Amino acid sequence: MSVTEQADQAETEPTIAPRTTIGPHLLSVADLGADGIAEVLRVAEAFAEVERRSIPKVPTLRGKVVATLFFEESTRTRLSFETAAKRLSADVLSLAVASSAVKKGESLRDTVETIEAMGIDAVVLRHASSGAPEQVARWVERAHVVNAGDGWHEHPTQALVDCFTVRQVLAEGAGVAPSSLGVSCFEGLRVVIVGDVRHSRVARSEVLAYAALGAEVILAGPSSLMPASLEGWPVTVADDLDEVLPSADVVSLLRLQAERGSGAFVPSLREYTAGWGLTGDRVGRLGQHAIVTHPGPMVRGVEIASDVADLPAVVVTRQVTNGVAVRMAVLFLLLGADSALEGLGSTRG
Amino acid sequence: MAEAAPTVVVRGGSVVGASGTTRADVVVADGVIVAIDEDADVPAGAVVLDAAGCLVGPGLVDLHTHLRQPGAEEAETVGSGARAAALGGFTAVVAMPNTDPPIDSAAVAEEVLALGREQPCEVLVAGAITLGRRGEELAPLRELAALGIHLFTDDGTGVQSGAVMRRALEYARGLGVTLAEHCEDAQLAAGGAMHDGEWSSRLGLPGIPAAAEEAMLARDLALVRQTGAPMHFLHLSTAGSVALLAAAKAEGLPVTAEVTPHHLALTHAAVCGYDPTFKVNPPLRRAEDTRALAAALADGTIDAIATDHAPHPPEAKDLPFDQAPPGMLGLETALSVSIGALEGVLAPEAVLARLTSAPAAIAGVSSAHRPAALAQGGPLVVGAAGHLCVFDPAATYTVDAHRQASRSRNTPFAGTTLRGRVRHTLYRGFPVVIDAELQR
Repeated sequence: MSVTEQADQAETEPTIAPRTTIGPHLLSVADLGADGIAEVLRVAEAFAEVERRSIPKVPTLRGKVVATLFFEESTRTRLSFETAAKRLSADVLSLAVASSAVKKGESLRDTVETIEAMGIDAVVLRHASSGAPEQVARWVERAHVVNAGDGWHEHPTQALVDCFTVRQVLAEGAGVAPSSLGVSCFEGLRVVIVGDVRHSRVARSEVLAYAALGAEVILAGPSSLMPASLEGWPVTVADDLDEVLPSADVVSLLRLQAERGSGAFVPSLREYTAGWGLTGDRVGRLGQHAIVTHPGPMVRGVEIASDVADLPAVVVTRQVTNGVAVRMAVLFLLLGADSALEGLGSTRG
Repeated sequence: MAEAAPTVVVRGGSVVGASGTTRADVVVADGVIVAIDEDADVPAGAVVLDAAGCLVGPGLVDLHTHLRQPGAEEAETVGSGARAAALGGFTAVVAMPNTDPPIDSAAVAEEVLALGREQPCEVLVAGAITLGRRGEELAPLRELAALGIHLFTDDGTGVQSGAVMRRALEYARGLGVTLAEHCEDAQLAAGGAMHDGEWSSRLGLPGIPAAAEEAMLARDLALVRQTGAPMHFLHLSTAGSVALLAAAKAEGLPVTAEVTPHHLALTHAAVCGYDPTFKVNPPLRRAEDTRALAAALADGTIDAIATDHAPHPPEAKDLPFDQAPPGMLGLETALSVSIGALEGVLAPEAVLARLTSAPAAIAGVSSAHRPAALAQGGPLVVGAAGHLCVFDPAATYTVDAHRQASRSRNTPFAGTTLRGRVRHTLYRGFPVVIDAELQR
């Protein structure tokens, strides 16, 4: 689709203004539901168009302050959120928590209350402890809390990026605009999530997102890396990855979190790779149109062979690119409902 | 309590006795019960306490209280804990030894016992099994037993080494004391923050499997069989533990066990909002477990209810869930919560027995161990100690975490409206609580 066509479509579908409200916080994909996810994808598509402009910036969140508060370092997620906020003209406050008051014994609660007292509008929080964003959301008075990954629990924006990317690829295959697909393209899609589900926040968010959109979700991995209980999870478990690969539409590879001790859950990385890595042999089992996602950073040679990682089916780079538009959409939908659209309207086309 | 105890008439309640409940007035003078009559005369100058519609039972006995002194007085002191106990209807509590320093020497034990002397309830002390609760060398059990200490435990952790536990049991057997185990295999439980199951999987929190408790319980039961020494099991929390204990009792092993009100009333689903108030060790388990625990309490497999009252200051519970310390308050709500959780399983009078006679026997302070005028846990007879709990089963109240005697606020029942309330508490004949208000 050309830029002109996109613009035409924007004319016929002239508003980016929220159709569904989300928030006040984004703590879990469950906060969104199918309608909320669809809305994020719809708005993100419009922002992806903004990103293709020569000056990829809109004044939508001018005067708003977004603080990124990363208690666990993650350069790519932090940069993605900060870029998104800046493209929306928000002021960005980047708190290097690891080297600040927290080291002097300040509690999470005091840190959050202190920065809220400075008048920030949104806290983008990454924390090694599951549930920390939910606790922070109870402590703040008016700021919006965005979960940028908490422990093993959730990483909602990553799952949204993955859905956005999958739809984009499907749209290209069908020769149509992604937005024209809505979210019906996920109905019946077979998504195989592979690896360390037990310790993966990405997996928990993806399961909720894909299942909410009607996809069939299959988990594959060593049983010691599956959660203790899957009661209530809308998934099936495959014992043998090779059996489910041929019919998979999407393969979501997870990182084996060796730094979290996940290595001790399998006899060796070699054995893990032999059973559940996307090796050169195994990739041949995938169908022509299968899409392989990975939240990054990839560990080449463990969950994915180096040559395989560079195949066109592997959309890791697109995921990174799309991360900005999706996070713009999330920030916009949480913060920008009041000031909708002035900027976008004036610069359209 | 140097002054003489007043004469008190507890009027118009249903007195819970060994052979059922009867409508009677209870007259207490000089610290002992002097009359239980249908229509007792009120002596001149007597304090009259209305007990209409109330159950009048012995004062409650808590086998498992963390008073935090010495070492963590910001969370609780012997005094604040004893006041909380009195408000909850308790006239005796057993202070756990996981203080700082721990109660593994006569000096620390004497300090806590001395602090407990002028309180509105009796403060008993449990000693540590091993020095520093490290699970390696035995604490001076004989020296501590000489101070009247009957229960020993490394509570907070289990004794990890089976060999150390075996030696401790063999040594304790000769002293006539009881060892109490916090059943938790530290390796199986390592890093865990809640019950390992449906909710931990959903919430992404590291789990403590039921097997961590059951494995150590099974080991200890084998050691009881091996040594013949009696053992008490603290805060059992799983259906599997109930099954192990039932088999051990059927076999005739000299074992007793307790369950907490919160393990009867709450499940792991309470953790859904990551509120560290609901973090406790052992963790809140499944609904199947709470049902098995209630049934075990009814059929006698589990002997007693004990609070595991574990105060923590607010700053400790404002941490992320996996970093916050485990423990919740229990003294002030124990009776109401237990009666509510056991509704349909156990009548209020039977719940009272699990909080009075049963724990008194385990703690070594019942009328089988002491003269009647000093004994805890009843029965209510003329000549028995003036330790009374007067409970109104129909009253309702909403728990306010900020309005408790405890120095801490980590009650899982904050904001909850509970049915049934302790109205009056008498300790040694003194009305220490009247109409749910402390008297000093």
